[in-house]
Amino acid sequence: MAEGNCDDALNELYTFLDGELTTEKRGQIQQHLDDCTPCIEVYDFENELRTVISSKCKDTVPEDLRQRIADAIGKDGAPAS
Amino acid sequence: MADQATFAEQAMPLMDSLYGAAMRMTRNPADAEDLVQETYLKAYRGFGGFTQGTNLKAWLYRILTNTYINTYRAKKRRPDESDLDEVEDLYLYRRLGGLEAAAAGRSAEDELLDWFTDDEVKQALEDLPEQFRMAVLLADVEGFSYKEIAEILDVPIGTVMSRLHRGRKGLQKRLYNFASERGLLPNEPAEVGASTDES
Repeated sequence: MAEGNCDDALNELYTFLDGELTTEKRGQIQQHLDDCTPCIEVYDFENELRTVISSKCKDTVPEDLRQRIADAIGKDGAPAS
Repeated sequence: MADQATFAEQAMPLMDSLYGAAMRMTRNPADAEDLVQETYLKAYRGFGGFTQGTNLKAWLYRILTNTYINTYRAKKRRPDESDLDEVEDLYLYRRLGGLEAAAAGRSAEDELLDWFTDDEVKQALEDLPEQFRMAVLLADVEGFSYKEIAEILDVPIGTVMSRLHRGRKGLQKRLYNFASERGLLPNEPAEVGASTDES
């Protein structure tokens, strides 16, 4: 039987994933997740979704913009006139 | 005092990240380019005020965000989607989680990563009302802490958490729409703990 409450674990899941819980609270949630299969499935899904979002929102600066900015700030450190 | 000569060395590598954020904010490549350029120029001129050893990325994002708010933010704001409060927590898991679990261990095509295209994820984020979009962008795409986000947006941490909570729900609902359009859908939302009414 899993320790703790599923509702509590799920309510705190995002804060847990964000790494923003106190050490104590984090330990409690972790302990519940270790023992509760339904909750760990939610955790795995949300964790993976987070990876999907961060990896797919990448962009590359257009080269001409990068060059324009590099020129403007003077890559050797001297301000452009 | 930070030396302007080191600005290029430290700040240029962060440009892809700032450009991506600018794209999500302005939703317009031309404006995004202007925003990034203006940000770098301001940062360069003000680099003397940056304390070495502190978080340069957060510092740059603050300038980016302020510049965006002052220059590019639409005069006419879209109405706040307060109906996001009615969207359930774990919206996507309740609808797609069962499918994913069932597909676990099978082919690579069944991974969540392959369910959404880059454009769909970007679009889902861009469709969020601006204040939620900014919070989710800073947390989920860029990995800033609540405290850093609060400083970048100049709002209390509680506000950050509230916007994240609602913004993430909105994002999940939008992603669900994309999955639905692609025919990836199942039936009824799954029970997860206490049941709630479907919105």
